[in-house]
Amino acid sequence: MDNILHVSSSPHVRAKDSTSRIMAYVLLALLPTTLFGIYNFGPRALLLIVLTIASCVATEWVFEKIIHKKSTISDLSAVVTGLLLALNLPVTLPWWEAVLGGVFAIAIVKMMFGGLGQNFMNPALGARCFLLIAFAADMTNFKTDTYTGATPLAAMRSGEIINSMDALIGRTAGTIGETSTIAILIGAIILILLGVITLAIPASYLITFVIFMLIFGGHGFDMNYIVAQLCSGGIMLGAFFMATDYVTSPITPNGRILFGICCGILTGLFRCFGANAEGVSFAIILSNLLVPMIEKITIPRAFGQVKEKKEGK
Amino acid sequence: MNKYTERLYNGIIKENPTFVLMLGMCPTLAVTSSAINGLGMGLSTTVVLILSNLLISAFRKVIPNGVRMPAFIVIVASLVTIVEFMMKAYFQSLSAALGVYIPLIVVNCIILGRAESYASKNPVLPSIFDGIGMGLGFTVGLTCIGLVRELLGAGQIFGVQVLSLSWFTPITIFIMAPGAFLVLAFLVAGMNIIRKKMEEKGKPLAEPAGCLSGDCAHCGQADICADKKGV
Repeated sequence: MDNILHVSSSPHVRAKDSTSRIMAYVLLALLPTTLFGIYNFGPRALLLIVLTIASCVATEWVFEKIIHKKSTISDLSAVVTGLLLALNLPVTLPWWEAVLGGVFAIAIVKMMFGGLGQNFMNPALGARCFLLIAFAADMTNFKTDTYTGATPLAAMRSGEIINSMDALIGRTAGTIGETSTIAILIGAIILILLGVITLAIPASYLITFVIFMLIFGGHGFDMNYIVAQLCSGGIMLGAFFMATDYVTSPITPNGRILFGICCGILTGLFRCFGANAEGVSFAIILSNLLVPMIEKITIPRAFGQVKEKKEGK
Repeated sequence: MNKYTERLYNGIIKENPTFVLMLGMCPTLAVTSSAINGLGMGLSTTVVLILSNLLISAFRKVIPNGVRMPAFIVIVASLVTIVEFMMKAYFQSLSAALGVYIPLIVVNCIILGRAESYASKNPVLPSIFDGIGMGLGFTVGLTCIGLVRELLGAGQIFGVQVLSLSWFTPITIFIMAPGAFLVLAFLVAGMNIIRKKMEEKGKPLAEPAGCLSGDCAHCGQADICADKKGV
């Protein structure tokens, strides 16, 4: 009788979502990309992935031991960070630099600011940019036994026309996880079907980027060029897996679209006018920094709320 | 501790301009890409600081209160010009490396800060020691940052290759701007840990913020207090 009449306070219906569950979904969605990367670049890619993940998880565990906090490694977010970071590294990178990247991602970008949910910048991308500045030569060395040419983006920059079919399938030089657009899209569909991400950020990101490239790309309405730009470099991986990071993207619906537009414009700017061929990671972390301001100006008005009048006329 | 060594201790440890007061951040971040640059910048600032403290303290009764800032600036600017010409004459490479930051010593917060808060209120000799202490504190701070950045960013200490390039890839971010912020942040964090430890031991490095009672005779912190009002 007591049990039947027991009344608890709301909420009464809870979703099964938890941090570890969402992170597991993301890992599942990254599986095609990861497998293709290992297939494309060989066992060394697997070694780098394992090392980077291990370094991220170990750093989180050690950091929380030192500051006497409960260990949060079981929420899998460090694994996702490690995997995303590894997918953003060239396969030729010395192993200790990859490990250092993992330590930087977790210790400095994430834990120093209070751990998951408090970091203002995507840890994997923060670490990638750190490595890119620290080891510029190693981070842009994409020459392997299989691929001796330039990356598609570098080739396009020097005026060559590339085969966008190769870029779509992923048989090109590049970082471990960015080459295959098809594998990334499979993962993106998994994420969308599971309800982990919505299309708002990736769609506004990619559409803005396409419009920017149409205007400033210098090739006009050349579809081959646009498709090649979309399929090469880290833009697909960035748009679906990194710009959509819950912690570092806006929560307001309009804010998400604005955030995507920021990412798109910055990526286009860096690719067209920047010093390097690629600029996705810098574009996303710079937009991450704008998130608090984006959220501030896009707070939706509550139903019935009257716009405050300016005082003191 | 007599009042002269107290001034030195105050400048180097207790109120270290780089790690505690966080003054003069512009040269701190900009020129510390190597230990020798940090040392050069620190020492040239020290020279200006000692001389400006000396002159300002000597003229403190003559300078009208209303125009004291312009008067300080004129004194500091003359001294900086002397130091700049001396460096150009005798330390050409260092002068080239430090560039515009030598003339910018004129507007360094540490120098104006010490002039305003110490030299203009105290006799000549303590002011000189205050300048030496603060200058050495600044030099120590800059050299520390320079050492770490040079070691990680180039594998060198004072220009000598200590980490062999055969196995060490220089982490070049450390000799660039972001590295300055990272290294400064970690060194300040380290300093804060030390201060906290010392406070737990009951030997605080710094005096409590502000005067507790205004009565030094009955205050337990009187020995380490910076502005002794009652004495």
